[in-house]
Amino acid sequence: MTFVKKPEIHHPLLTVNELGLKRRDYEGLVSTLCAGCGHDSVSAAIIQACSELSLPPHRFAKLSGIGCSSKTPSYFLSNSHGFNSVHGRMPSVATGANIANRDLIYIGVSGDGDSASIGLGQFAHAVRRKINMLYIVDNNGTYGLTKGQFSATNDYGSTSKRGVPNLYSPIDLVCMALQIGASFVARSFSGDKKQLVPLIKAALLHNGFSFIDIISPCVMFNNHDGSTKSYGHVRDHSAPIVDADFVAPHEEIEVDYAPGSTETIDMPDGSRLRLRKLEDSYNPKNRVDALAYVQRALDEGDVVTGLLYVEEDPADLHEVLETPEVPLSALTESDLCPGSETLDSINASFR
Amino acid sequence: MKATNIYDPNYFHKVVDCQWACPAHTPVPEYIRLIAQERYTEAYMVNWESNVFPGILGRTCDRPCEPACRRVRTEEKPVAICRLKRVAADFKGDISSYLPNVPKQKNGKRIALLGAGPASLAVARDLLPLGYEIDMFDRDPGGGGMMRSQIPAFRLPADVLEEEVDLIVNMGINAQYDYEITSMKAMLDMDYDAYFVGTGAPRGRDLDLPGRKEVSDHISIGIDWLSSVAFGHTTEISGNVIVMGGGNTAMDCCRTSKRLGAETVTVVVRSGFHVMKASEWEKEDAQAEGIPILNNRPPKEFVHDNGKLKGVVFERVKPVEENGRLKYIPTGEDDVFMEADHILMAIGQENHCPWIERDIGIEFDKWDCPILDENTLQSTHPKIFFGGDSAFGPENIIWASAHAHKAAISIHLLCQGKDPSKDRPPEGVNLISQKMGIHEWSYDAEHDPSKRYIVPHANLRRSLDNIKVEVELGFDEDLGYQEAQRCLNCDVQTVFTEKLCIECDACVDICPMDCITFTENQDEPDLRSSLMVPAENPEQDLYVSEDLPTGRVMVKDEDLCLHCGLCAERCPTNAWDMQKSIVHNPQIGSYSE
Repeated sequence: MTFVKKPEIHHPLLTVNELGLKRRDYEGLVSTLCAGCGHDSVSAAIIQACSELSLPPHRFAKLSGIGCSSKTPSYFLSNSHGFNSVHGRMPSVATGANIANRDLIYIGVSGDGDSASIGLGQFAHAVRRKINMLYIVDNNGTYGLTKGQFSATNDYGSTSKRGVPNLYSPIDLVCMALQIGASFVARSFSGDKKQLVPLIKAALLHNGFSFIDIISPCVMFNNHDGSTKSYGHVRDHSAPIVDADFVAPHEEIEVDYAPGSTETIDMPDGSRLRLRKLEDSYNPKNRVDALAYVQRALDEGDVVTGLLYVEEDPADLHEVLETPEVPLSALTESDLCPGSETLDSINASFR
Repeated sequence: MKATNIYDPNYFHKVVDCQWACPAHTPVPEYIRLIAQERYTEAYMVNWESNVFPGILGRTCDRPCEPACRRVRTEEKPVAICRLKRVAADFKGDISSYLPNVPKQKNGKRIALLGAGPASLAVARDLLPLGYEIDMFDRDPGGGGMMRSQIPAFRLPADVLEEEVDLIVNMGINAQYDYEITSMKAMLDMDYDAYFVGTGAPRGRDLDLPGRKEVSDHISIGIDWLSSVAFGHTTEISGNVIVMGGGNTAMDCCRTSKRLGAETVTVVVRSGFHVMKASEWEKEDAQAEGIPILNNRPPKEFVHDNGKLKGVVFERVKPVEENGRLKYIPTGEDDVFMEADHILMAIGQENHCPWIERDIGIEFDKWDCPILDENTLQSTHPKIFFGGDSAFGPENIIWASAHAHKAAISIHLLCQGKDPSKDRPPEGVNLISQKMGIHEWSYDAEHDPSKRYIVPHANLRRSLDNIKVEVELGFDEDLGYQEAQRCLNCDVQTVFTEKLCIECDACVDICPMDCITFTENQDEPDLRSSLMVPAENPEQDLYVSEDLPTGRVMVKDEDLCLHCGLCAERCPTNAWDMQKSIVHNPQIGSYSE
């Protein structure tokens, strides 16, 4: 917890984005998480991504459940909508909100406890229903708020702070998301903003369910030598496979990479996503291959990071349900009850 | 870039911009904190130790510290450092128990101080506690030199001056006033162990223009005139007064004239307003008293009627930049004639030592300044040292204090048979953690966004009526406290310990000024451009760590750091710590030894 207030002044050279806002305008309250918590870096990455994309803060809805991770929406985008829901139930709230108002940008922040234990069923169905949102899991493999018990994503054999090994095999949310049908799946590390920020940007612009599993070490309870979710372990075992470069609409692609190693994906707003494959054989557009690759790496103890899978032409729940372009929340009474004449004409069409 | 050596005494000293800019290296943030704690006496003594004349300087200093203040870069206006110094002096208690003891048993060495100005007094202050016997000679009837003769009472009241001058004189100087020094040779014959020349820059410059000789009764040299006002020989001036010159002497001349009865007073300056040598606040104060300052008008001719001054003809020029230097060219407009009954010439001053014979081993350069070793202030005659304005030309009182500390060390070494250059004591730095507990620091880390507070002034009519009424009233205790809170505590340093860092980015994320970056090491120019926000101020250093486990380095741009301590607050491993840097500038005879 920090008691010294963050001063409001900022570096005079801080640039403003297309909306005339500075990065500092995307901040939230000062974090009350433990010093050095990876989650704070994730919040900082979200702040950076949103300000660089010039997205209006008041068009965001931040959603979360319970846990350290679920506190973090307070720490970014102060001027946006937010809903801190019941433990594990963030996906339901996100689904409802998204159905009602398709125009907002939805960011759900959850943790390994919130999504892989109590909310596992909720998570799966949000993926399945293709909710158009960015779903972030701050994954530290531990229950930090209750002082460091193993969570469901903790690796088999990884030890607690006192050296006791974990006896159960982990749930890998990336594999689950791939298997259930998420159209954007990535894994990253809170300590690597160079990789994380472009991934968040791409995910925010992706029109469908985007999932980023972010390994975000718990400095208090899971950052010791026996842990597989510590800063040191992740740095040593991280295997970046595809880097995503976000290219703004009017920006030139400058750097040339070896042929075949890059692919470009057009985004709905005219920007492009430049995928740099760090291994030629990997195909981030093939769900089955991606799943197999990630699974194999997991068995070998490697943490594959980067944009693991992306669907070029994704669909979201509103397309599936064929809802109107106008958000349901904006429909007026005359839209919803068009009157007896309209009813008569509908009835007539069945005669 | 190579990793920064933070144990180099200069590294963190440079981060304390005000202290670094102060010629006497006064530990500014340290005394400002003491003021905030209402420990005025201690704050005064911190000043007294390094700059010797806190009460005087708190009113008259040229303030090289203020433009250097970090707040100029982070916000807009600097902390009112000089006025806070005055707060310490105004509200201090009894300082006698803090003063150094002067031994009754002398060490057998005799020192002569020529001139009783700030430089000589400060040398005496440093040497007396070591048992030196000190004789001081001055042509004026009292001590203080130009502080007494040049600075008008409405800026520096006599009691403030006398208190600090007498304090030193009464430490045991054998002062000989009304003593006109006419020969250095004669002084050398008196066989002192060392001589310190602190006779200032007593000759005001003159202008040889047509009509100058004829109207000499109506022209006074600024510093001489101020001095005759100070000693009560001149009590009035009448008619239209033109002050020529754009420095602080010109400002003192015009404001004094206004108080002594001049009908109109006008300052006419050869150059533009912004390049005038006068301090910003002196110009503001003169203008606030209704004195016009006319710029870009070099004088051409004194107009007179049989020796009776009529006025001055000025040319009109405009500044043009040529090869980065300002040049003044005629505008082509008609010359201006301005009526005047009296002219005060304040266009600069020079050192002038006609009483130093040129064949006794003191060499002079082509500007008639003595050739000195800048570090020891020793002249080419090993026993003779110079300081203050007589050393390198006109400067400010604070420079006199700075020179005096250096010269006192040299004199002490010389008298001990040591080499004044090679045997000087080294500089040093101590770093002391300010952490008192979780979220507890022994300094007030929180950033105060307040604007610079305005100092109250005396009623204008009252102060124009009486030359002895001090214009600036100084901060009271409340305003002093509030202004003190604006200080960023730049001496509480961000110290980084590589081996503790887990590269979690917490410091990067929290830093309000984006000072910290973890990145691949490069050459300085590349590194400067690749930080979170580019480091565009080359005057300010980058703090670069040794390589970290990921192969990156921590780079901190010192330029805009608020010293708010948030990096240390958010660091889970104490890799960042806030540590007070105490810079040790060698000085002898100080009360802390």
